[in-house]
Amino acid sequence: MKRLIHHLPLVLTLSCTSNALYAEQGQADPLDSTMWQDMRRTLLGDAPVVFDDRIRVLAPGDAEDSMNVPVLVDASALGEVTRLLVFAELNPIHKVLEMEPLKAKPLVGFRIKVQQATPIRAAALTPDGMWHVAGRIVDAAGGGCTVPSLGSGNSDWASRMGEVIGRLWSGKGSTRLRLRIMHPMDTGLVPGIPAFHIDQLDFLDASGERLSRLFLYEPVAENPVLTLDLPQRDSVTVLGADNNGNPIEAIISKEIREAEL
Amino acid sequence: MTPLQRVSVIAFWFFIVSYAWGARDYGLKPLLIAPDTYVLLGANEHFNFRNGGNIVNTGFIVTDEGVIVIDSGPSRLYGEQLRAAIGRITERPILKLFNTHLHPDHILGNQAFEKLPIAALATTIDGIREQGELFNDSMYRLAGAWMAGTRVVVPTETVRPGSLEIGGHRLQLIAMKGHSHADLMILDQTTGVLFAADMVFHGRTPTTPHADLGQWLDALDALAELDFKLLVPGHGSVVEDRRSIEQTRDYLRWLNAYLHEAAEQGMTMAEVLQPDAPPSIRGLAVFKEEYQRSVTHLYPAIEARALRQGRVVQE
Repeated sequence: MKRLIHHLPLVLTLSCTSNALYAEQGQADPLDSTMWQDMRRTLLGDAPVVFDDRIRVLAPGDAEDSMNVPVLVDASALGEVTRLLVFAELNPIHKVLEMEPLKAKPLVGFRIKVQQATPIRAAALTPDGMWHVAGRIVDAAGGGCTVPSLGSGNSDWASRMGEVIGRLWSGKGSTRLRLRIMHPMDTGLVPGIPAFHIDQLDFLDASGERLSRLFLYEPVAENPVLTLDLPQRDSVTVLGADNNGNPIEAIISKEIREAEL
Repeated sequence: MTPLQRVSVIAFWFFIVSYAWGARDYGLKPLLIAPDTYVLLGANEHFNFRNGGNIVNTGFIVTDEGVIVIDSGPSRLYGEQLRAAIGRITERPILKLFNTHLHPDHILGNQAFEKLPIAALATTIDGIREQGELFNDSMYRLAGAWMAGTRVVVPTETVRPGSLEIGGHRLQLIAMKGHSHADLMILDQTTGVLFAADMVFHGRTPTTPHADLGQWLDALDALAELDFKLLVPGHGSVVEDRRSIEQTRDYLRWLNAYLHEAAEQGMTMAEVLQPDAPPSIRGLAVFKEEYQRSVTHLYPAIEARALRQGRVVQE
């Protein structure tokens, strides 16, 4: 015991320099957010939590456009991740997006609406039942959640809803999928305009194998632009629906080179 | 209360009140850059609570008939202090204020010139009418109490491009676009001074909230052909040669190429926020902030163009 006390400073130093060694109980929230304990209780439950800066959360320090704040979450440094959850703590609707990576990297790119300056947090669940959490604060003029979508002010939005543009890029061992889906993504916080948003997207390969799965919530920006790193494939099928049951369906495949025509 | 206590209490309140009411001074100093021609240089910074929004260059020409003012600054207070500064230089009346384009740092001082003709290009007037209040709100957030009492005053007179003879000065009013949908430049052919407005930035990263990079680059080519001795950029110091035009062009070309290349490689918007820029670009004032703002303004359209190259089949 005496020896342990003797080494206490060393033990403390070591435990503070390595992320995985210490549990959330002893850790201060690096973003010092008043909402953190509530978020943890309501979104992460009783599971152990650790702040872990191996998760990359890319976003601007100051949001130029409160309706389109770009975010990239990359938890691939953790190895296997079974769930990835993104939330904006000071938004009226906290949950932004949820991912079941499955065969894909635990990485997702998207844009969100923010109502005011807020921490944007990503939580990644590893197979040992531990939530790894990282985030950053985005300053903003705000108001992004309580203005109507641009689409709802435009008479032809309905005819273009569900329209997809997208492209595949092959990289080292993976295929990046980027796509944009036309959808108003209304939050329901504007009087007279009910919540109307895409809520589920499955990413399948040509054989029907499910590669990855996304759940979107109201704060995702209008006409979502999504980015995923999937296993190498020449073609990916996106199947999903919005909260009104409108289907979303598209097959995105490698460009046909001129030689192949 | 002893007399001494009473004096110190009065002194305390005097200090507080004078700090709250009187301390906000932009310290505007008109700089004589050519005969009859003055410029007030703003800081090469982003809007903040210290500079009170004074990041912009305004100017005025003292003609025989009276004073022509070019842009009114970021707030009512700036406009008033600009008028006072002009009054310290000349007793001649102010004839007219020109707004070069719609952005808040150039127009929110209009209130101080409200009873005078305020002239701008037609598209600029529409823009101020539509977006002025939005700008005013965001300026309160960025510059705080310096903005007190500021409201939008829409220009009253539409500028027709061409020549204007005024009090012995021959002014060329030139309509451009690219930085915004309408950018007015004023070339004083009598002195050779070109007020280039925000078509040209010097030593400071250009801003792009309403920019069309293609139009802007084309306009810079035309601008470089103009015959001038001295160029007053919208932001940054006054220059004799075409260096600031080249600097603005170099930045816009780099920005355009970088964002197109990133979109072509499949990078997400968040991934392009930390660019790999050459020192000549990185070294411009407020590069990081302005570049990140530009990503938000420009990347969605560039990215959509890249995504459309992909092959999508929908039922």
